[in-house]
Amino acid sequence: MGREEDYRAIATIRAFEERCMNLKTAGEIPGSIHLCDGQEAIPVGACRALEPRDAVTVTYRGHGWAIARGLPLVALFSELMGRDSELNGGRAGSPFFSSPAHGFLGENSIVAGGMPMAVGAALAAAHDGSGAVSIVSVGDGALNQGAAHEALNFASVFSLPLVLVVENNRYSEMTPIRDMVRVERLADRAAAYGMPGVTIDGNDAAIVEKAVHDAVARARAGGGPTLIEADTERLVGHYSGDLQAYRPSGEVASAREREPLARIRRAAAEEGPDAVARLDAIDLEVSALIDAAVKGARAVPYPDPATVREHLYA
Amino acid sequence: MLEPVATLRYIQAVNAAHFWALATYPEALVFGEDVALPNGPFGATKGLHDAFGTRVFDTPISESAIVGAALGAAMRGRRPIIEIMYGDFIAVAMDQIINQVANTRYVSRGGWRAPLTIRTQQGNSPGACAQHSQSLEAWFAHTPGLRVGLPSNPRDAYEMLRSAIASDDPTLIMEHRLLYPDSAQFALDGPVEPIGGSRVIRDGRDVTIVAWSRMVGESLKAAQTLAERGVSAEVIDLRWLSPLDFAPVAASVHRTGRIVVAHEANVTGGFGAEIAARVADECFWDLDAPVGRVGAPDVRIPAAPVLQAVVVPAAGAVVAAVDRILAEPKR
Repeated sequence: MGREEDYRAIATIRAFEERCMNLKTAGEIPGSIHLCDGQEAIPVGACRALEPRDAVTVTYRGHGWAIARGLPLVALFSELMGRDSELNGGRAGSPFFSSPAHGFLGENSIVAGGMPMAVGAALAAAHDGSGAVSIVSVGDGALNQGAAHEALNFASVFSLPLVLVVENNRYSEMTPIRDMVRVERLADRAAAYGMPGVTIDGNDAAIVEKAVHDAVARARAGGGPTLIEADTERLVGHYSGDLQAYRPSGEVASAREREPLARIRRAAAEEGPDAVARLDAIDLEVSALIDAAVKGARAVPYPDPATVREHLYA
Repeated sequence: MLEPVATLRYIQAVNAAHFWALATYPEALVFGEDVALPNGPFGATKGLHDAFGTRVFDTPISESAIVGAALGAAMRGRRPIIEIMYGDFIAVAMDQIINQVANTRYVSRGGWRAPLTIRTQQGNSPGACAQHSQSLEAWFAHTPGLRVGLPSNPRDAYEMLRSAIASDDPTLIMEHRLLYPDSAQFALDGPVEPIGGSRVIRDGRDVTIVAWSRMVGESLKAAQTLAERGVSAEVIDLRWLSPLDFAPVAASVHRTGRIVVAHEANVTGGFGAEIAARVADECFWDLDAPVGRVGAPDVRIPAAPVLQAVVVPAAGAVVAAVDRILAEPKR
């Protein structure tokens, strides 16, 4: 994929998230939302390495994965707005939506909670002969959960087709990950499970795509799980109301020089004004796309309260 | 294969239901700790691995991963039947059961299903320590989205497990370790019942006794003792706490005017409190006496048999509870 395709995909997620924040401030999105600003190259690169038959499980910071996986923008906005979306009809909200049609097992509000489920999706693939791979994304802090250890060992023991992407954005919620682990690299933990672990630059979609592609190929061939640690930086707080007083001054400004869109723009600037103009044009197109999606979402009705008890049991 | 009608011990009935499931559903998987090569710590999965190969496998000692893997596999078309060795160990997997499994269908409006069965055994037995003795059914009956059943006899151990496996809902079957040696004769090839349904197992006119799991047998013993004194007790085996089949309980109380609820779990916050509350809500004007409750006192379960005998309820406690409410003057 080329630079402009990367830019378009990442800018779409960035614009979606920025609009989410605006809608939240305006009272159109209730509750907390967890944005992935700065981390978009990871889902964009990873999802390019996947096929429709694969299973995707992510965290509450998963809007970017949903968009990269192809979930419709109108449905995403309307689900976040508590409307009767075609995704989960307002039952899931920002941190817990899912979509069977997209092999999207869902976001998860419990840190590492999706990891055992992703192992189960890989288990199903191992038994149904579908050849599907299960990819699960978690944050750095999730590796300190017991469920993460259980899931990784379980997947490794049975050589299940699982790819774990750890998005190391340096903070586990609001605490620096370096204060909470004693290993140099989170990928080092892979050795304890007998699986390969790699650390990559998570701010470059092409690098992410290559790493996930290799891990997926290995998994499909029966080689078992892989742990990919994707280094990145969060440009925003843990959640929408996080003032980030715990972050050193200048850290976010510095991160903005390394974030994916800034990188692509810098490369375009070196190439010349035409390249920059093309990115500007993409920005306008993306902005119009998001405007239209929000308009579409606002037209979606709220769910019928009379249906609140439906779908609990078969 | 087994004959259409067989005499089986409770644990053999559980085993037979597994054979039925793996033969009936190509998508069924059986896994858990020690269930394949060791044939199951209690024999529930004996012979399955030999018969069905890799569809039956041993897992690491990892309850979160076992339950979560069952959920993920169920969401992707499998029909897992998993064993949690002791009910107490379910605590290790509570996030997967409460936050993940129970939410799957509802939050996705039926887009995702979770047709998985979790089997475990629980309850008290001599020498079992405080981490191998609890009766925890109220935790799960409290959680919408789960189905919860507690078979009290070999036939139900077979039929209720088949119902659970056939259901597209996530279902927890809580067996009782002390019932495993009990045996009974029943048909193996009948139709699979839908989940749910309580059963009146002894007719009576003076008092209703509602129980489940091991306390059903204790309640029948109590009813026999009471009959010898001329007191006619109706005994209802609730069988499923979710879905709760309350109508037969209400109908019985309407006739008898008196009710005792008996379970092995400790009293406070136990499912007996739910039955008592429903009786108060729906049968208040039928009552001739306060609702009686039988359960363990609110202590941890000690290991020593002489201490256990003080806290674990048995038939005598049911008789005492009936005597107490019969002593109430009729208004």
